Amino acid sequence: MASEKLLVIENLQVNVEDKPILRGVNLEVNEGEIHALMGPNGSGKSTLSNTLMGHPTYTVTGGRIWFKGRDVTEMPTDERARLGMFMAFQYPVAIPGVSVTNFLRSILKAKLGQDVPASEFRKQMNGTMKELSMDPSFAKRYVNDGFSGGEKKRCEILQMAMLKPELAILDETDSGLDIDALRIVCEGINQTFRPDMGMLIITHYQRMLNYVKPHVVHVLVAGKVVKTGGAELVQRLEAEGYDNLIRETAAAV
Amino acid sequence: MASKQVDFGEKKVIKEELIGEVNKAVSDEYKYGFHDDDVAYSFKSRKGLDHEIVRQISELKKEPKWMRDYRLRALEVFLKKPLPTFLSTKALEGIDFADIYYFMRASDKQGKTWEEVDPAVKRTFDKLGIPEAERKFLAGVTAQYDSEVVYHSVREELTKKGVFFSDMDSGLREHEDLVRQYFGTVIPMADNKFAALNSAVWSGGSFVYVPKGVKVDIPLQAYFRINSDNMGQFERTLIIADEGSSVHYIEGCTAPTYSSNALHSAVVELIAMKGATIRYTTIQNWSKNVYNLVTKRAVAYEKARVEWIDGNLGSKLTVKYPAIYLMGEGASGEVLSVAYAGSSQHQDAGAKIVAAASNTSGTVTSKSISRQGGRTSYRGLTKVYPGCKNVHIHTVCDALLMDEDSRSDTYPTMQIDDEKDVNIGHEATVSKIGTEQLFYLTSRGISEDDARLMIVNGFIEPFTKELPLEYAVELNRLMQLEMEGGIG
Ligand SMILES: Nc1ncnc2c1ncn2[C@@H]1O[C@H](COP(=O)(O)OP(=O)(O)OP(=O)(O)O)[C@@H](O)[C@H]1O
Ligand SMILES: [Mg+2]
Repeated sequence: MASEKLLVIENLQVNVEDKPILRGVNLEVNEGEIHALMGPNGSGKSTLSNTLMGHPTYTVTGGRIWFKGRDVTEMPTDERARLGMFMAFQYPVAIPGVSVTNFLRSILKAKLGQDVPASEFRKQMNGTMKELSMDPSFAKRYVNDGFSGGEKKRCEILQMAMLKPELAILDETDSGLDIDALRIVCEGINQTFRPDMGMLIITHYQRMLNYVKPHVVHVLVAGKVVKTGGAELVQRLEAEGYDNLIRETAAAV
Repeated sequence: MASKQVDFGEKKVIKEELIGEVNKAVSDEYKYGFHDDDVAYSFKSRKGLDHEIVRQISELKKEPKWMRDYRLRALEVFLKKPLPTFLSTKALEGIDFADIYYFMRASDKQGKTWEEVDPAVKRTFDKLGIPEAERKFLAGVTAQYDSEVVYHSVREELTKKGVFFSDMDSGLREHEDLVRQYFGTVIPMADNKFAALNSAVWSGGSFVYVPKGVKVDIPLQAYFRINSDNMGQFERTLIIADEGSSVHYIEGCTAPTYSSNALHSAVVELIAMKGATIRYTTIQNWSKNVYNLVTKRAVAYEKARVEWIDGNLGSKLTVKYPAIYLMGEGASGEVLSVAYAGSSQHQDAGAKIVAAASNTSGTVTSKSISRQGGRTSYRGLTKVYPGCKNVHIHTVCDALLMDEDSRSDTYPTMQIDDEKDVNIGHEATVSKIGTEQLFYLTSRGISEDDARLMIVNGFIEPFTKELPLEYAVELNRLMQLEMEGGIG
């Protein structure tokens, strides 16, 4: 399969309130690829995913982001989403008073530029919820309002499955999930994954990557990708932690 | 059950979806800022207020002497009473009482059927969608065109059950004994300056009487509008639900925009006898130059229940605190309100719950939204008379600020002499529309404007879900117009 360059991150530098967080990140995700992004707490993983989606708090001070051949660095968030980018949040926020049903319907409509017929929509929603072992009563609840940690993560994957993005960034979707939930959610992720799609999975642990097999693994340390490798990198990190790697890469500089 | 919503069967099921679809559906037609020049007024009083005008109003209406005397006494009270001082007095100084028409009549005839209504008036109603509502599930309509009711129809079943639903003027003519017995008993003329004004010059409004044990299962609806420059509107509503009966009354309200100040000062009295239930739903959207000064009060006797569902969007200044007096054991009440204040608007709304009996309860939920320098205030009173036991009154005020310029305040007052066996709660939250919420929604492809609207409509959802379908949709639309609209 001739893979296209889906996402190109080029020497990306990002500040939060004048403090440099990302210090020249380079990363490429091609169609059909699953990438894992790992790294210590505070290394800038969520900063990267938020910046990719255009969060206003994160200021790009240098570098570019290309998606499907377009420079999206300055593009408003909603346009990026409609173009096919999606992020599953590490900490999804509640939208009180807006039911999951209404929300899903609205985001689908925004994405497609037109309404999905009600019956078709319901079929799709109920089917996806079933796959994710979500109780049908969830459809009536308010988005993320009073959801448990695991419920929030499922709700993120539900949205991804319905929106069918071309690039999905999953920020610690595995955290807060119990063992069964992790399996179910990962099955949902695998079902959503298509050959014309790319994924960037942020995680701290191997357990998620046992279900969703990454083609490429990156390690982010202090705002820089210090190592890129194959799936074996995950095992090494799991066994050794970050210390050795950091020492190694520091020595190499 | 008391709080049970009127069931619209299938409609309720699709309600949620319809509301979801509203985002797209708004077109320019929906702006209620039109002006009907072609309505002929058959009578218009001169501007200003004095004994002669009050007498003239009463004579034109061919009222009994006691009502004319009542009006004249009320005028005396009005002239003597100072403006209320709890607000900054400046807020009300813009009203020029001498520059207002206190009475006008659009057409002489009372329309009983749609066909009989003046075509110009009809066109106005068409724009408001009243015939539509009528077709759908209307039980009876009294629509107020300026000061006088011109169209009125009551479905046969209601009449058969002995329910009276008419404009207040007809109520006085046809049920004089009932009116005389209850008029002004819940809100005496001397209650406040504006209640006195209304008592002197009232015109129109609704009169409802539901006999013992009768459950009215479709809402009674009335539409109100102010349609004339500088015309005050002083409608007067009296609803009596006799023992064990229940009724839901709905009043929607829109007004065109004018340049000079208009005054709306209504009085609404509700009487829920033993075991009766009254729900009173209003959505008001006065144009941005209207002073909306309304006195609403209900009494609930033994095991009775009263619910005020009150939405305020328009007006320059709204002063309104729907009140419930829990007069008998087991009585309960609820006030659920939404206020929206945009640029140069002030919504001073709230609720009063007064417990004068044991084993009573009350709930107040107040939601307010301020935007572009708009101001909302919650002013509430919770009062428990000494000796009342097992009283539960809970108040929740949530304010949403759309930007830095806007403002929201709460002024709760509690008067409880004997804290024993009384459970009073008050919670207030103020939140700003958050970057994180906006980012979450836009990251799903929703535009920022739609995201704001979604947050706002979600915020008022506890209110919207209590409304019948048409009103829920209308409220969401009005919110959308407000959110789209710039200044004013
Ligand atoms: N919105 C923000 N405001 C202030 N500081 C921020 C913000 N977002 C990120 N930072 C800072 O940037 C640095 C990187 O944070 P980030 O959340 O990107 O790390 P992370 O790699 O996702 O960590 P974790 O594994 O704990 O999720 C941290 O020092 C954090 O405090
Ligand atoms: Mg993170």
